[in-house]
Amino acid sequence: MSLEPLRDLLRSGPRGTALDLLPYPALLGLTFERDGDEVRLRLPFAPTLIGAPERLHGGAIAGLLEFAGMATLLLALPDDAPLPRFKPLTATVDYLRAGGMRDTFAVATVTRLGRRVANLNAIAWQYDHSRPIATAKLNIILASALPPSESAP
Amino acid sequence: MTDTAAESSDRADRNARFIQRFMNGVPHLAALGITYAAHGEDWAELSLPYAPSLIVDDGVIASGAIFSLMDSAAGFAVLIRLGQMIPHATLDLRLDYLRGPVPGVTIVGRALCYRMTSSVAFVRGFAHQGDPARPIANMAGTFMHGGQP
Repeated sequence: MSLEPLRDLLRSGPRGTALDLLPYPALLGLTFERDGDEVRLRLPFAPTLIGAPERLHGGAIAGLLEFAGMATLLLALPDDAPLPRFKPLTATVDYLRAGGMRDTFAVATVTRLGRRVANLNAIAWQYDHSRPIATAKLNIILASALPPSESAP
Repeated sequence: MTDTAAESSDRADRNARFIQRFMNGVPHLAALGITYAAHGEDWAELSLPYAPSLIVDDGVIASGAIFSLMDSAAGFAVLIRLGQMIPHATLDLRLDYLRGPVPGVTIVGRALCYRMTSSVAFVRGFAHQGDPARPIANMAGTFMHGGQP
């Protein structure tokens, strides 16, 4: 599947649109809203997201952070070139506070957008953006859309 | 010294109850289809069977699902080494995605708790799809815990 439909959705979807084009974000129940250039993801609370009693699972928070990174990267790539494929390379998550049984939000920023690698930071919070529950450093390989034999190593 | 059959069976029962309590206490594992695979004194292994609901792109399992697998395997390894069900929290966890997972094949996540201090547990591990010599992801992390090492 190509990422173009997801980019179109992120560009045009109204506030609260579900990111349900792909199964995993649909399983998490992710929605998004745009605020200018920024895309903010929401992980609505659901009992299936619980890890330890009354706390969100760290993996669900990581999934939210990774997808905030992917969504931000999709909107940061130039229009006039074919979309590369995204291959997650590394994800480092710091858990700062327990995630409670309520909605969680996340945004990401592109630190550097190279030709082959994108470096991003993402942040997740519940009550207050200035009191994050987790942050992530994400490095994503931008794989050429060309067949492997024609792509750079 | 060898255990009597009764002692050994008793320990197996306690182990099974411990594992069941751990797995039942984590609804997100059930949502992803993650199941118990194996454990030792300081390590644990969980399984993530392939499921269409976990896909992001071209049949490939979402890295977030692998992150959940490894976070839980790591937390499980910490509890096993502590030998008791006590509060613990991931402080940080890093995954290196070494190669794309093969669609249709179960992913196994193994974590080892290799050092424990009075408040921190250090873990490392990897994920593979049948051949531990060809891992698809490498993991390193730290946990805070409230137990005695």
